[in-house]
Amino acid sequence: MKRSTKRRLRDGALYALFLGAVATLILVADWSKIRHNFFDGGVLKAIWPELVTEAAKNTVVYTAEAFIGGLALAFVLALMKLSPLKPYRWAATAYIEFFRGLPALIVIILFALGIPLAFNGKALPGGAIGAAVIALIAVSGAYMAETLRAGIQAVPRGQTEAAHSLGMSGTWTMLSVVLPQAVRIVIPPLTNEIVLLLKDTSLISVAGVGIGQAELTNFASDNVVINSSPTPLIAAAVCYLIITLPLTQLVAYLERRSQKAR
Amino acid sequence: MPTAIEVRNLHKYFGENEVLKGIDFTVDQGQVVCVIGPSGSGKSTLLRCVNRLEEPTSGQIVVEGEDITDPEVDLNKVRSRIGMVFQQFNLFPHLCVLDNLTLAQRRVLKRDKAEAEKIARANLEKVGLAEKADAYPAHLSGGQQQRVAIARALSMDPDMMLFDEPTSALDPELVGDVLDVMRRLADEGMTMMVVTHEMGFAREVGDKLVFMDGGVIVEEGDPREVLSNPQHERTQQFLSKVL
Repeated sequence: MKRSTKRRLRDGALYALFLGAVATLILVADWSKIRHNFFDGGVLKAIWPELVTEAAKNTVVYTAEAFIGGLALAFVLALMKLSPLKPYRWAATAYIEFFRGLPALIVIILFALGIPLAFNGKALPGGAIGAAVIALIAVSGAYMAETLRAGIQAVPRGQTEAAHSLGMSGTWTMLSVVLPQAVRIVIPPLTNEIVLLLKDTSLISVAGVGIGQAELTNFASDNVVINSSPTPLIAAAVCYLIITLPLTQLVAYLERRSQKAR
Repeated sequence: MPTAIEVRNLHKYFGENEVLKGIDFTVDQGQVVCVIGPSGSGKSTLLRCVNRLEEPTSGQIVVEGEDITDPEVDLNKVRSRIGMVFQQFNLFPHLCVLDNLTLAQRRVLKRDKAEAEKIARANLEKVGLAEKADAYPAHLSGGQQQRVAIARALSMDPDMMLFDEPTSALDPELVGDVLDVMRRLADEGMTMMVVTHEMGFAREVGDKLVFMDGGVIVEEGDPREVLSNPQHERTQQFLSKVL
């Protein structure tokens, strides 16, 4: 048999296998049950307004708070890690390794439930939600600190030397030469971090939240019970994807662009 | 001629490795001193010690009468008087050419925007790139980038200029433009210390040639003299390979 014939036969078999798998799935699946349970129009109509104005909104707000707080923390940690003074470097390293090594869930439970328990009900500001967001800040700050440090260090040494040779101080060199270039380098990984944070806000539900404070996952799981239907989960999943897909596409675009610039 | 740079018994270690083993030399005001030597001879390290981009291990460097190895010296002020041009240009890629030239003027010399831009444009004119003020470094050729880098250093009105192999990263056909700019600068009386492999430039423009090898100055003197009649065996060996 000729090589090209062999290749055509092999590709044909693979296509047939794929189509067969899809066909089996379509035939075997109980479509009416799936439609009835996961895409229940009545349930969807009932939860729809709150899903968007409350749950999705809260998810976005918690994500934004955690990201902005985490970024500020990460900036301080990154500068500490690059400090010529050893105690600062050690402290930053210890913090980063500690919080990167823990599951975010345990940190949230610790901040939201552990601290009030330990200190006679003295809680972190903002109640359970506040504590949970602070926990996300603590964790994401550790991750983003490493990203920022890597970005700052990725700016070539010659840039700092050129600025110094012009008589610019360390602070001005950092502010007007190094950081503007580092920011460009870290935008794609930081956008990724937003996506991860957005998904991590689903962990907040463990803190126990009040009326009007539920984020998407919490809201969906409550409504699964209320309506005894899994449809709210699908609705929440669609909400997550509407936010995350454009962001991941943006990251891919930014990475392609920065590769071209090189 | 008063002395611009005086180096006394300069030693520099990188860890255990001694790269400068007691350097003594002077650059007079208005003089063009070219430093040549094989790679690893310490010539770039010496140049970088003069504005303390490298920290000397011991010895003194006196710039216009001021000992810049003194820990109390205002290093930023000293550096603002010494222009430096790097092999890799090191323009700021996130800033357009004009902003590259005005940044340090405004931050260090506290010039206002209009004045800094006026000086920047004058210096761009000088290196023949007035029309590139709004371009970004990535859109310039290597030779243009290096001329912008020279204009950036000149915009600080330095008393002297250090050149660290300014043409080594350039395509051969772009070297001439950069050397022309440097030649004009020398003609205007700028004090220059140039680490280079361009023997032609050293011969025509240099007032003094320094040959370094193994962390010491092996031979120095009038460039034409040293290049055509080297006294030391190591100088002869080196020149026989590069000329």
